[in-house]
Amino acid sequence: MESTAEHLLSENLIACPDCDLLQRLPPLPTGGKVRCNRCRRILAVDKIHTIERTLALTVAALILFAVANLEPLIKLSTHGRETNTTVFGSVLEMWARGYEITAVLVGFCSIIAPAVYIAFMLIINFTALHPPAPWWVGILLHWADRQQTWAMLEVMMLGLLISLIKLSDIATMTPGIGMYAMGALIAILAAMKVSFDSEIVWRRLQWIIDIDPPGKPGRKDAATETDA
Amino acid sequence: MMSSPLTSREAGLVSCATCGLLSRPASPDEAGFCPRCGYKLSRRRHNTIQYTWALIIAAAICYIPANVLPVMTRVTLVYTKEDTIIDGIVALYADGSWPLALIVLIASIIIPMAKLVALAYLLTIVRFRAPGKNLDRARLYRLIDFVGRWSMLDVFVVTLAVALVQLQPFLLAKPGPGVLFFAAVVVLTMLAAKTFDPRLIWDSDIEKEDLHVRKS
Repeated sequence: MESTAEHLLSENLIACPDCDLLQRLPPLPTGGKVRCNRCRRILAVDKIHTIERTLALTVAALILFAVANLEPLIKLSTHGRETNTTVFGSVLEMWARGYEITAVLVGFCSIIAPAVYIAFMLIINFTALHPPAPWWVGILLHWADRQQTWAMLEVMMLGLLISLIKLSDIATMTPGIGMYAMGALIAILAAMKVSFDSEIVWRRLQWIIDIDPPGKPGRKDAATETDA
Repeated sequence: MMSSPLTSREAGLVSCATCGLLSRPASPDEAGFCPRCGYKLSRRRHNTIQYTWALIIAAAICYIPANVLPVMTRVTLVYTKEDTIIDGIVALYADGSWPLALIVLIASIIIPMAKLVALAYLLTIVRFRAPGKNLDRARLYRLIDFVGRWSMLDVFVVTLAVALVQLQPFLLAKPGPGVLFFAAVVVLTMLAAKTFDPRLIWDSDIEKEDLHVRKS
């Protein structure tokens, strides 16, 4: 018995997430994309080897992330004194000054959110290599997507540039290894967003309705499909 | 394409907000759970209008102390100077780096204000069903959702400057109370943009009527 949802999926019918218009996705030419007929939102983009490419980029991002956070971003010297800082060091400094909430927010946007994104993407793409991917990959995908807007390394980098220009007349500055790694990491993260296609992963996922997930009572409500 | 546009709601279907799968809701009152990803289904985001209003009102309140209170204090041997966000922009401009002054002006002052106005406008047209170009409204929503995160710029500037400028007794930078309110404005407006359901822009009168009845 085929459920309504499976039938609609095989027909390539989707509703636009931004305006709810029902439409059928046409077959995509290589590298082509489809926009919503009504609100012009991009509905699908043809991406080649999306999972393998994203996985490779994620491994690179993981290494760069470690370097960018362990090595000093910038060294600042004036009057024979020197300070250097990492992202985490700045967060600690903010915390020490009594601005705990701001420190946590900055730490979340510049360390935790990118770290979670990289870690989840690694697991998601690795498990999606050999379909069907287990049902819990859907939870990771959901959270990777939701907290993606809070990973703001590029905003932080521009902030760093501005604070350096503000300080340029009072001190000498030398960029550290962390700075170069951070620049490369920002580029790799942008490339990951371009190469990743969540729809492909969703299609490789084991449906929650077909299994009996432990510790997920109530989820069986999904089994309300009655149509043949 | 179909001649008369049909939404998934009109077709009696529901599209999963998490994975995008179309399915038939469990019952007309309760949409149930997505058969693929298991997340709760709903035709429109829950209480989207009330939540979005609450978030933008809170953000508008924080916007005032964020701009009036100092975000950073500079302590040197000769003077102590408190800088608000505007002072920081003026200082950048005076230093001769006007492109950066412009970027900070846009990110810190214009974007938060524009987001508040744009979301209030979208909520109002949705409420009063004002006729107009829905495509432009949809584009406006996508724009404010996309640029919102750049407002965080000044929070990073203050945090990094505070960490870098620890050259006592010559120069010391301290964060000011304004930075907390400013961070609150950014977070609240970002959440407000995520809470607003853009599908309401396109919903016909009947559907909105239905939505208001369902809420009460």
